[in-house]
Amino acid sequence: MKLISNRQKDELYVKLSGELDEHSAALARREADRLADSNADCGRVVFDLADVSFMDSTGIGFLIGRYKKFNRYGVKVCVANPSQGTDKILSMSGVYSLIRKL
Amino acid sequence: MENCMKLEIAALSENESFARSAVAAFALTLNPTLGELSDIKTAVSEAVTNCIVHGYKGGNKSEKVWIECSVDKSGEAGELHITVTDNGCGIDDVERALTPFFTTLEAEERSGMGFTIMQTFMNGFSVTSKAGEGTKVEMRKKIVGENVGSRERLDA
Repeated sequence: MKLISNRQKDELYVKLSGELDEHSAALARREADRLADSNADCGRVVFDLADVSFMDSTGIGFLIGRYKKFNRYGVKVCVANPSQGTDKILSMSGVYSLIRKL
Repeated sequence: MENCMKLEIAALSENESFARSAVAAFALTLNPTLGELSDIKTAVSEAVTNCIVHGYKGGNKSEKVWIECSVDKSGEAGELHITVTDNGCGIDDVERALTPFFTTLEAEERSGMGFTIMQTFMNGFSVTSKAGEGTKVEMRKKIVGENVGSRERLDA
């Protein structure tokens, strides 16, 4: 799992690539929280999931956890471009009621 | 039984990716759609992760997880049978463990959706567990396939 971030004015864009499972989540969590701490002043963060080739329920925990973390700084959290498989998991678990899909 | 395979892996989280990919590769003989393949990978990942995280309390290279697959072509659609077994701590209350969003590891950002995903993504699901002895998850997935015509041609 790799995270590439780009800050444009008020928006933090984070592109995740690779497989998001229990094994890779720890690193992704650490990296995303580091980004949260250094971008506490932005208005919105977008997690781009286009290059996430696999995700299981670990991804639900990852996104809800990041939602809580960014929310403490008053930063809105969105996701973009989930694959069909990822979208199925995020829909059924109700993640989109907290985190908007762009 | 038409075809089968059996895998034994060390209960380590780095083997989760290998386990789901191996089952997906085996499933390819049934000519599944990408959606069916994705469902299988996700369900296997959930089952194997449960063994490592819960059954073996985070994993242990001296402990093992067993994955068995077989193909059943007796019905109209081919069916993949998958069994994932561990010798870990077992589940005290299976019914409670099956409840969506129930988790014993809240602090670790576990979603509690593993069993729900297995049940939703597969066509058959059962779990048997005994405290102190281990857990066995059995799943079935109907493989309708993308293009039945081309499969028939390949079989001929």
